[in-house]
Amino acid sequence: MKKYILNPRAACYAVALIVLLALPQFITPYHLTLMETGLSLAIMGLGVNLLLRYTGLLSFGHGAYFAAGAYAVGLLYMYLPDHFSFENAILAALLVSAAISALFGLVCVRHTRVFFSILTLALCMLLFAVLEKAYHYTGGSDGIRVPIPLFFGYEFEGMRRFQFLCGPYYYIVVGIFAAASLTMLAIVNSPFGKILQATRDNELRAEMIGIRVKRYRLYAFIISGTFSGLSGGVWSFVNGHITPEICNWVFSGEVVYMVLLGGFMIFEGPIVGAVAFTYLRLYAVATTQYWMLIIGATLIFLVLALPGGITGGIQSLINRLKPKNA
Amino acid sequence: MGLIYALNGLYFAAFLFLTSLGLNIILGVMGILNLAHGSLYAVGGFVAAYLIGLMAQSSLPVMMLVAVLGAVAVAGVVGFVLETTLLKHMYRRALEYQLLITFGILMLIEDLIKLIFGGESRYASAPFDAMGSIDIMGHIYSVYFLFVMTCALAAGLFIWWLMVRTRLGIMLRAIEMDREMAQAMGIPMRSLTIAAFMLGSAFAGLAGALVVPTTPAVLGMGMDPLIMAFIVVVIGGLGSLKGAFLGALIVGLTRSFTIAYFAELEMPLLFLIAVVILVIRPEGLFGQK
Repeated sequence: MKKYILNPRAACYAVALIVLLALPQFITPYHLTLMETGLSLAIMGLGVNLLLRYTGLLSFGHGAYFAAGAYAVGLLYMYLPDHFSFENAILAALLVSAAISALFGLVCVRHTRVFFSILTLALCMLLFAVLEKAYHYTGGSDGIRVPIPLFFGYEFEGMRRFQFLCGPYYYIVVGIFAAASLTMLAIVNSPFGKILQATRDNELRAEMIGIRVKRYRLYAFIISGTFSGLSGGVWSFVNGHITPEICNWVFSGEVVYMVLLGGFMIFEGPIVGAVAFTYLRLYAVATTQYWMLIIGATLIFLVLALPGGITGGIQSLINRLKPKNA
Repeated sequence: MGLIYALNGLYFAAFLFLTSLGLNIILGVMGILNLAHGSLYAVGGFVAAYLIGLMAQSSLPVMMLVAVLGAVAVAGVVGFVLETTLLKHMYRRALEYQLLITFGILMLIEDLIKLIFGGESRYASAPFDAMGSIDIMGHIYSVYFLFVMTCALAAGLFIWWLMVRTRLGIMLRAIEMDREMAQAMGIPMRSLTIAAFMLGSAFAGLAGALVVPTTPAVLGMGMDPLIMAFIVVVIGGLGSLKGAFLGALIVGLTRSFTIAYFAELEMPLLFLIAVVILVIRPEGLFGQK
């Protein structure tokens, strides 16, 4: 116990959680819903980063698993409205995204580097095409509406969407986000996480010491996809409506951007990145019709001048300020 | 009707082949998957549409020549600027940065097009109408489609000639095979990578210029062709001209016949073919390694 209390990182997490929980007192309801979007995307960022940082695979198609989670929620409402509750929806999101990422993963983990990226992208577009073309089942490009769910039997009666989002749902999102982050932290620090890093650093050596490289890559892929699915499920309630656009590769690219913006070399980077991106995008869209210009230029600047992202930049700043007593 | 479907498929294959040519060159020589390729294609489309609108009074060959050359030149210059300002820093960087910077360029170009040409669609069907149609075994078919097929064939032959028969092509292939060794042999890397990127961009511009007479130039017009070109490159194998040709034919004909018989399966089926080929032959039909 002492280990955890004195650990500065654990203390930071505790402070961050308190700040998150206190946030509704300080910011406007509108910014609160943005925060919910940011936090749900952060879960996906963590998933993408499990592949990028710890396994060395860059996916350009994680929108597929995000969409799998979101559509699991939407389709559950459409076809089994009697069973539509928050816990069932999230369970469905986890199961469907795990199943789809297992299926797609089997194909993708046979490759690495740029081929892996192209394949994830192609599979993502395959799902996009299916979601858009099968409009009799998925609502096509019109998408599906996602209403306020029951929460463990509790009905948010008479509550309007906005009230629901600014009130109870914010705490639900924070709770799920905290649980997901800690789970991911445990995964990357476990022996399993170390094995993934070994396969990333030297595939041949890992194989030689008895690691089934492809199998572990597949496990990482499924975990990563399931996190994205969870993210999609949580997000679907925030947005209240889902369309195939979330399965488009451009969205997947934006998620990679978030991860890089926050800094993918540091565990917390994707979280910072997801929240920062959500706000950056909002301000860009609000100030100019040429928001893509702003986002694109920031991305290029980031790649050229600040490859460590926000957290990487802060870290190198701290290192520079520290007195050098080697 | 089978004949018409086959012709449509061939036309579509020609268009895909053109689009994937540039992507393939850049991927082969520079090792960079250029996500902004579709945007260069869109640049070509918008420039050509603008020029065709400007030249409305001219005769057909002049109009087509100016539009195509203008689009190719502008796309080539944009490629030059991109390579010398941004991409030249990227060769030693990790894959994720290479992909992300082209993703950033994509967003940048999309909005620059909006800024320069405005958000509305540009119609430029004059060459298409002027070429009229001919009778092929009892079916009416537009000459313009045949013209595009000829252009694609000519472009393919040109690239083949360039890569196989000229000194420039031999040096480019040497870079493709082994960068370090090529450099050690005294091959001028800098100027050749610039040339390769310009060539790739110019071909993207050409594809865009040839498509605007059939469909208007709209924002985001490069997105679908980009994905299609990926599929073609993936099916055919990295950097293989033969592969891209065959890949384009497979994708083009499949698309045409599925549209005719099961329209809803069109896109999913294409991706499915790509995935199946990759599972059986991970390096693509004609890929090395």
